[in-house]
Amino acid sequence: MTEIFHVMVLTFLIICAIAVAYIRDLLSAVILFAAYSLMMAVIWQQLDAPDIAMAEAAIGAGVTTLLFVVTISKTRRQE
Amino acid sequence: MDDLVLQTITRILMPFIQVYGIFVIVNGHLSPGGGFAGGTILGASVILYALTFNVGAAEDLYPDDLAEAVESSSVLIFVLVGLFAILMGANFLTNIGIFPSPETGTLFTGGFVTPLTLAIGVKVASTVITLFTHLFGEKKP
Repeated sequence: MTEIFHVMVLTFLIICAIAVAYIRDLLSAVILFAAYSLMMAVIWQQLDAPDIAMAEAAIGAGVTTLLFVVTISKTRRQE
Repeated sequence: MDDLVLQTITRILMPFIQVYGIFVIVNGHLSPGGGFAGGTILGASVILYALTFNVGAAEDLYPDDLAEAVESSSVLIFVLVGLFAILMGANFLTNIGIFPSPETGTLFTGGFVTPLTLAIGVKVASTVITLFTHLFGEKKP
């Protein structure tokens, strides 16, 4: 059961990572990057590193996304 | 953004986020988390406030001079705690057992770790807020 869960999370992670590189809309890329960070946090937790998982969830999914969104609102949205 | 729902929910939610951040910082030696994660949660709560009300209010609440003083003094506290160990005849940042230590697993068993994580948490929170206000703020530096 855990192995199926791991495979699902890792697949979603890889899909997110590839989609971030390919997508043209920058806001969508930022949101995908947040989803990537969240999956990464789940994986850190599964790898018995809850410390890093908390930091990843707070920094990667929270603050970095916010800073990117602010930057997009200051500049332009299309690549 | 003048949205009543957002403002009310932020007003209710902000104390809980901050208490959780302080909990993560203070329990840094017992549970997952610590100065860095807790400080980020604290900073994110202030960012939520700045986004919901306005950024100028957050800038007035936390000006650059205050940020400078807070960040410098927290680094100073970290170094002074480290030097105190040298003063007592041990290596830098050694955890000397001068505090009374109750049974393990309770809150005040960290010795010197608790002031160190507090200093880290305050500095990280201050840095996160300053990053946001400098990037999004209305004042010209």
